[in-house]
Amino acid sequence: MNLKDLLSDKRSSLIKKWRNLLIESYPAGTRRFLKSEKDQFANPVGHVISKDIEILFDEFVHDGDIAKITASLENILRIRAVQDMKPSHALAFVLQFKGLIREELKRGKPLNGLSGELQAFERKIDDLVLLAFDVYTNCRQRLYEIRVREVKEQYGKLLERTGVFYNISEQEPSP
Amino acid sequence: MAETPKPEEIARIDHKAPLWEGWMNRPVDIRPGIYCYAANPKNVEAVGMPNARQWNPVDEDWKLPENWQEIFIEGFKDRLGKFRSLKLFMDICVRCGACADKCHFFIGSGDPKNMPVMRAELLRSVYRKYFTTGGRILGLLAGARGLTDEVLKDIWYYLYQCTECRRCSVFCPYGIDTAEVTILGRELTNLLGLNTDWIQAPVANCYRTGNHLGIQPHAYKDMIDFFVDEIEEVTGVKVEPSFNRKGAEILFITPSGDVFADPGTYTAMGYLILFHYLQDQGLDITWSTYASEGGNFGYFTSHEMAKRLNAKMYAEAKRLGVKWILGGECGHMWRVINQYMDTFNGPADFLEEPVSPITGTKFENAKGTKMVHIVEFTADLIKNNKLKLDPSRNDNLVVTFHDSCNPARGMGFFEEPRYIIKNVCNNFYDMPPSTIREQTFCCGSGAGLNAGEDMELRMRGGLPRANAVKYVHEKYGVNMLACICAIDRAVLPNLMEYWVPEVDVTGVHEMVGNALILDGEKERTTNLRGEPLPGMEEEEDV
Repeated sequence: MNLKDLLSDKRSSLIKKWRNLLIESYPAGTRRFLKSEKDQFANPVGHVISKDIEILFDEFVHDGDIAKITASLENILRIRAVQDMKPSHALAFVLQFKGLIREELKRGKPLNGLSGELQAFERKIDDLVLLAFDVYTNCRQRLYEIRVREVKEQYGKLLERTGVFYNISEQEPSP
Repeated sequence: MAETPKPEEIARIDHKAPLWEGWMNRPVDIRPGIYCYAANPKNVEAVGMPNARQWNPVDEDWKLPENWQEIFIEGFKDRLGKFRSLKLFMDICVRCGACADKCHFFIGSGDPKNMPVMRAELLRSVYRKYFTTGGRILGLLAGARGLTDEVLKDIWYYLYQCTECRRCSVFCPYGIDTAEVTILGRELTNLLGLNTDWIQAPVANCYRTGNHLGIQPHAYKDMIDFFVDEIEEVTGVKVEPSFNRKGAEILFITPSGDVFADPGTYTAMGYLILFHYLQDQGLDITWSTYASEGGNFGYFTSHEMAKRLNAKMYAEAKRLGVKWILGGECGHMWRVINQYMDTFNGPADFLEEPVSPITGTKFENAKGTKMVHIVEFTADLIKNNKLKLDPSRNDNLVVTFHDSCNPARGMGFFEEPRYIIKNVCNNFYDMPPSTIREQTFCCGSGAGLNAGEDMELRMRGGLPRANAVKYVHEKYGVNMLACICAIDRAVLPNLMEYWVPEVDVTGVHEMVGNALILDGEKERTTNLRGEPLPGMEEEEDV
């Protein structure tokens, strides 16, 4: 059995554990709510974790669509980028995927014969971490841009309309 | 906003969630991005509120008065005597948890102290210690804690993470209104000078000049004149609003956000077009450059301050000798008017019970305050076939409606805005039932939290609302979020930009202004934003 088949075999168990890892990154008093409330409008965070981890797993394990992988990471990280988390804490779940797989492999047969594949797969996870890092920083950047835009919209228009000169160019001035 | 971590911090990377001890022992961590900046002392002094000084929420020393505990406890005692509701809310909560997961800040942040029950518990623990025998004797065992620096910081941090939206109260079996706990809790923090500048500056400005931004009468008029020119450009019709006109039948008061901030400005143009349209039918209305603010940020500091700011509406109505007041699209403005104005500054017996001069409809619901919401007024006009409308001009819009917390939960105002929207545009889809009407999710930036420095707080608080918008965007292609609140119009565009960038924000009367067919108008090719009307894209390209 190759690694991909093995991961497919353990799909539901791995997805469940990966979800739980994300949920455990929240305070104890919140975890039960995130897990048990199934309504997507009452519990958008839990819903996204549930839905997007599954998509992420399937697409990632089967070398699927990079756009879908990115979209899932975006859905998860856009939330974590505005919550009480250090960046390392927000992104840790991607790295922790390695540990989950190794744990799962240990349970069954030893790593014999799979180590090469496993190494390659773990390098792919490293790439996923870098992608997640890009996505996370994009979210943070968007937050800052929104803040700047808000100031410009609030005061720029006002100054312009009340006749005070105001012009902040979107582009660098030409020399 | 988060700061760039230092190398030694990076070296201590921790992949695990912080250990959450019992909430009472956990010291508060006041984080940038979540709290609003402290009030500038001149804005505190301007209205004679206590302990004006420079201070910073992240500093160890908050420069409190020496006897601050005494002031807080005495203030608490005073309010427990004055407000029966507060006393009840302190006593009757059984911590059933029905409210726990209903708060948008809890849902979006995952921080247990944002559960409404916990937010109230922060204050309730102090109540137990100083006002109940059990708490006094048993202390922590009875859930009571003394008022220390740390406890005060904890209370302050979380009281200013509540938008007073009252969604939690809808689900409380005892009817506990945590918003009221926040309101009175904030009053106590204000006794110690713990104001935020985003609230206090509008309060000081409004007190001095009549509106939150401190815009003086001539500038206020200049802005409206600017709209008059814009309207003429779009419609070919010159509207002629009047200002401070004595003897007018109706005084119009709207939040200043409509006059000074996009996209509220387009809503203000909508009002102007509507008033012009009705002029020939007998509408006799004036704007005021003195009562130039419908909103009331005083309400986010204390009842007393809210009353002082609210008084200007009646004072101006009396000075001008109008019969009644028409109010613009706003949120908390209507909570103050509907629930407080009559007892704050009433009875307004120099005014008359409002009657629409166009339809003859008596607004009996406004018998006490003599102030009518423009959405009720316009819905009544449409119901009586008084408006010629071309909804196809809004055909580029697929609209959903955000029930603003205060008109929805504070006034039961559900049908009128939807009735107008359905008459002025052809594509309307409501969001799921558990996210609208009395269960509506807050924008996440109300009650004075719409500052820039707390952007993370705003984005997480608005997540449940944005999540429902995203759903109708994906399902029906919704591209416009309509609302009837000036704070919503100011903050929802940013919320959308973060969570659902394909959706824009409008006031209801902007769509009315676009759909209204004026006598003598030219063929319209653009809407009030200057964007081409559906089918007119080519004309605009030429």
